[in-house]
Amino acid sequence: MAKVIVDGIEVEVPQGASVLQACEAAGKEIPRFCYHERLSVAGNCRMCLVEVEKAPKPVASCAYPVMDGMKVFTDTPMVRNARRGVMEFLLINHPLDCPICDQGGECDLQDQAMAYGRDVSRFTETKRAVKDKYVGPLIKTVMTRCIHCTRCIRFAAEVAGVPDLGATGRGETMEVGTYVEKAIASELSGNLIDICPVGALTSRPYAFTARPWELTKTDSIDVLDATGVPIRIDTRGAEVMRILPRQDDEVNEEWMGDRGRFSFDGLKRRRLDRPWVRRDGRLVPATWGEALEVLARRFRGRVGAVVGDTVDAEAIFALRELMLRLGSPNLDCRQDGAKIDARERAYYVFNSTIAGIEQADRLLIIGSNPRVEAPVINARIRKAVLAGLEVAHVGPPVDLTYPHRRVGLDTDFLEGAARPMVILGRGALARPDGAAVLARAWELARPSAEWNGFNLLHLFGGQVAALDLGFLPGPGGLDLAGMLAGGVDALWLLGADGFDAARIPPGVFVVYQGHHGEAAAARADVILPGAAYTEKDGTWVNTEGRVQQAFAAVVPPGEAREDWKIIRAASAALGVTLPFDTLAELREQHPLFALRGLVRTPLPDSPPGEPGPISDEPFVLPIRNYWQCDPITRASPTMAECARVFAPAAAPALAAE
Amino acid sequence: MPLSDKDRIFTNLYGFQPWNLAAARARGDWDGTAAIIARGRDAIIEEIKNSGLRGRGGAGFPTGMKWSFMPKSTDGRPAYLVVNADESEPGTCKDRDILRHEPHKLIEGCLIAGAAIGACAGYIYIRGEYAREAKVLQAAIEEAYEAGLLGRNAAGSGYDFDLYVHRGAGAYICGEETALIESLEGKKGMPRLKPPFPAAVGLYGCPTTVNNVETIAVVPTIMRRGAAWFASFGRPKNSGTKIFCIQGHVNKPCNVEAEMSIPLRELIERYAGGVRGGWDNLLAVIPGGSSTPLLPKHICDEVLMDFDSLREHKSGLGTAGVIVMDRSTDIIKAIQRLSAFYKHESCGQCTPCREGLGWVNRMMLRMVEGRAEVEEIDLLEQVTRQIEGHTICALADGGVWPVQGLIRHFRPLMEERIAAYKARQRQRLAAE
Repeated sequence: MAKVIVDGIEVEVPQGASVLQACEAAGKEIPRFCYHERLSVAGNCRMCLVEVEKAPKPVASCAYPVMDGMKVFTDTPMVRNARRGVMEFLLINHPLDCPICDQGGECDLQDQAMAYGRDVSRFTETKRAVKDKYVGPLIKTVMTRCIHCTRCIRFAAEVAGVPDLGATGRGETMEVGTYVEKAIASELSGNLIDICPVGALTSRPYAFTARPWELTKTDSIDVLDATGVPIRIDTRGAEVMRILPRQDDEVNEEWMGDRGRFSFDGLKRRRLDRPWVRRDGRLVPATWGEALEVLARRFRGRVGAVVGDTVDAEAIFALRELMLRLGSPNLDCRQDGAKIDARERAYYVFNSTIAGIEQADRLLIIGSNPRVEAPVINARIRKAVLAGLEVAHVGPPVDLTYPHRRVGLDTDFLEGAARPMVILGRGALARPDGAAVLARAWELARPSAEWNGFNLLHLFGGQVAALDLGFLPGPGGLDLAGMLAGGVDALWLLGADGFDAARIPPGVFVVYQGHHGEAAAARADVILPGAAYTEKDGTWVNTEGRVQQAFAAVVPPGEAREDWKIIRAASAALGVTLPFDTLAELREQHPLFALRGLVRTPLPDSPPGEPGPISDEPFVLPIRNYWQCDPITRASPTMAECARVFAPAAAPALAAE
Repeated sequence: MPLSDKDRIFTNLYGFQPWNLAAARARGDWDGTAAIIARGRDAIIEEIKNSGLRGRGGAGFPTGMKWSFMPKSTDGRPAYLVVNADESEPGTCKDRDILRHEPHKLIEGCLIAGAAIGACAGYIYIRGEYAREAKVLQAAIEEAYEAGLLGRNAAGSGYDFDLYVHRGAGAYICGEETALIESLEGKKGMPRLKPPFPAAVGLYGCPTTVNNVETIAVVPTIMRRGAAWFASFGRPKNSGTKIFCIQGHVNKPCNVEAEMSIPLRELIERYAGGVRGGWDNLLAVIPGGSSTPLLPKHICDEVLMDFDSLREHKSGLGTAGVIVMDRSTDIIKAIQRLSAFYKHESCGQCTPCREGLGWVNRMMLRMVEGRAEVEEIDLLEQVTRQIEGHTICALADGGVWPVQGLIRHFRPLMEERIAAYKARQRQRLAAE
C-alpha cells in the first residue's frame, strides 16, 4: 500500500495504482475523457492533469503511478488552468451542435465544459469538419464531434476483439474510422455508443427520437440470451425508446450484446394484442371470455404443456401448478431436445460463475460458440485469455476473437490444469448422444468441492428457471418428442416458438400463449395474448443460476395480459382454480422466488448423464444467425437489417427449425 | 582558440576520404575496440560520465547517466540499443554527414555502447528520406560483419552484438524516442506515456536505451582519448566538441565540428564566413534547430553556444542547427512557417497539441498579414502557454517555443504590422 496525500487528505491505495485512483479514493473528482476503467490507459485527452509535488509540469493522473508519500493537488491554479486550457482546445473544433445532438443531456463533454470550461469562446478561426463514416446499421456517426479520445478504438481492439477501428491521419487531420468503410463486425458494437463520451457515436435506431430527461427508467434483465445482463429500459409513455446495460461486475461488467440492446423495436411489431379463436378452420378475433370458454371446453383428455425460452419464472410456475392440478405429467421446457440432466442443479448451470472465468487456467469449449450465444461472456473469456487463460474448442471452426486450439472430445487438454474449466454448449446436448456428451464433459471438467469448472451455457434467459422449477416430464410423463408423436390430445404452448409447429399432429387442440404471432400461433386453436419481458414484473434465472428480478417498464399492448394472470384465469375456467390472486401470493408458493442473486450449488455425489459412445457426427452450433433467433428479434427491423448486412446468406435462425 | 584538427573527432566530416572500413581504420576507428569493451560495463559508463557527454539529440541529457539506468542484471528479457537517426529537425543535418562519411564511428560506437548497457542488439532507425545514407550505413555494417567486427564475438571482444538498420517513413514525431520505438515495432508512431521509461520497458517491452547518432559516434573516441580530454573542451557541464550546422543568411553555410561554449558570433564569423552583409545586418538567430526560440541580435552578440548559456536566454542548444536570419527576413512569416510545420507533424494524440497547434498556426497566418487585433498577440501567447507542458511528448513544446520567442523579442514588429494593415483597410474604405 502507498500513502498518498491528496489536497491534504491522506489515503492509502495499492502500489501500482494511478494518481487518478488515489484522487478518487480521496473523494476528489477528476475530469476525464479518454480514461475508462475497463480499457487500457491512453493518457491522451489531458483532461485529468493534476499537480504533483516536485513535478515541474502537471501530470496526467490516469497514467501516473502513485508513489509512497506523494503529495497531489487537484485544485491549484496550475491544475485549473490546465483543465480550462484542455477544455478550450476540445471545444474549438467541436461543432457545439448540442441542440441537434443525441448525446445532449448525457454528454461528458457538455457536463465537463459546464464544470471546467470558460464561459465564452476565444476561437475565431474556422472549425474543422470531418466526413461521417458508415460503421453499420446500429451506430450513427457524426465524426465532426469526435474528440479523439480513442476509447472506441481501444474497446474494439481490447474488449470486443475486432481490430476494426483505428485512427488515420495525424495531428488535426486525425480521423477515427474503419479505414475501408465497413460495418463493425462485433456482437458488442452497441457498447461503443455508451463508451463514446461525446455524440460522435450514437445509436442509429434511437436517433432523434427522445431526450434523456423525458425517459422513464426501469430496471430489468435482458432475457434474449442466458447471460442475464442487467438492463435499464428507457420508456416514454407506452413505448420502449432504448435499452441500456447497467453495471454488474459479476455479470456483465458494463457491456451488453447488440441483440438485447437493439431488438426492442420487435416489441412493437407482429404482436398478439387480442385473443383469437379458431372457428371453421380460421382464426377469428375473440374476447377473453370466448377464448377461455373454448379453452375450458376443449383443453381436456390427455393434455401437455411446453414452455418457451424467454418466459418468466412466475408464468412457468403457474403453468406447472395448473398442469399438476389437471393431473398431467406431460411437461417439457426443452424445445431443442437437449439431453439435460436436471436431477441436480449443478448439472445444468454455469457453476464456475461468469466472474470465475478469470480464475480458470485452461478452458475447453464444447459444441458452443460463446461469441454469438453469449457475447458478454465471450468478452469475459477474452479478457481472461489476455491475462493468460488457454482455450481449446471442440466443434466446427469458429472465430472466437481470441486464439484457441481445436481439439476433440478425447482431448487431454485439461489434464494438469489447476483450475480446469469446461463450457458445454446447450447445443451439444441436443443430439441423440447428448447424455454421453454431458457425462464426458463432466468427466473432463473434474469438478471438486473447491473448484467446479463444469459450465453449461444456455441460450436464453428463461431456460434455467424452467429447469429450476422442474418443468420437465413427471413420472410416466411425455417429453416434447413424445407429445408431438401423438401422445396428447391438447397442448398448451407458453411462448414456445422454438420448434417446428408443423410437427404437431393434426387434431391436437393447441393453446398458444405468447406475445408474438409466429408459426406456433398460426397453428393454434386458441391464442391467449401474453406480455413480453419488458411488460411484466418477473423473475429470471441466468445461466449461472443467478436469480434476477425485472420490473415492468410498459404495459402489454391491447388486451394482452401478464402471463401468470392468464394462467390463473384459465385455471378458474378449467375448474382447478390456482391458490393465488396476486403476484406476491404466487411468489410465496415456491422457494425460488425468495432467492436473490447468485445461488451457489453444492457439488453432487454422482456425475450427470449416461456415459456411453459418442458418435463422430460433428457438433451443430445452435445459433447460426445471431441477430434473429427468437420471436422478438425476428420481428425487429433493426435486427433484420443487421442480418442482411452481416450475414447475407443467413441460415435458418435455429438449428431446430 | 579554435579547435585544432588533432582534436577533431569527425576527421572525415566532409567526405574528402572514403567512408569504407579501410579508410576508417586509417583514421583510427576500430582501434583496440576489444580492449575498450574488456574494461567492462561499469568502467565504460564511468568514463562517459566523467567526460560530461550530454545527449546530442536536443534534450542534452547526460549520456552516462542514461546508460546507468539500464538494469545491471537481466530478468530474462534482452536489452536493446536504439540509435535515433531520424534526424528531421528543420535546420539540422549533422547526423547526415556522420552517416554518409563516418558510418564506422557510429557502428563502433554502437558496439561499445551496446556492451556498456548489456544490449544484445542495436537498431538504427534512420530517416526514410536518407536513402543514400541508409545504403552507405548498410554497406558499412555489412563490411563490419565481414571483418568480424559485429555479430558473434564482435571485434574479438568475446561480446555478441548484432546491428540492424530500419528505415522510417518520414514522420518528424518518430524522432521522439518512444514514438520511434513504437514505429520500430511496426505501430503508428505515437509517443508513449512515461513512466515507464524505455530503460525499464522499451522496444518490445524490453529495457532499451535510445541515443542520438552523434552521441554514439563520439563514444569510441572518448574511450580512446579519455574522458579528461573530452571534458577539456567547453565550460563545465557543457563539455566536449559538437557539430554545428550553420545555415541561412551566412556567406558559407556549413557543418562544422567546434568546441562547445564557443561564442555564437565567433562560430558564425570563423566558420560560416559571417552574416550576409556583415554582423550588423543580423536580425536574429535560431540557435538549436527549429524548436528553440530565436535570439535577437543583441543577445547573439554575447551568447555562448552551450546548453546552459542558451537556457539562460530562454532558448536552447537543441541539435545545434544554427539558423541565421538577416534584416531582409520577414521574421513573422519565418516563425509562421515553423508553426505550420509543427501543426503538420503533430501526431494527433494529445488534445492540446492536436487542436492547439492548428489554432496557433491560423493565428500566425493572420499575424503575418497583420489581419488581427493587438490583443490577439496576448491571446496567442496564452494559447501557447496552454499547450506547453500539457502533452505526453515535447513536440508541442517545440512547436510553441518559436512563437513565444517571436512574441518575446519582436512584439513591436507584430503590433506595427497590425497597425499597418488597419491603416490600409481604412484607406481602402475611404477610397471606396
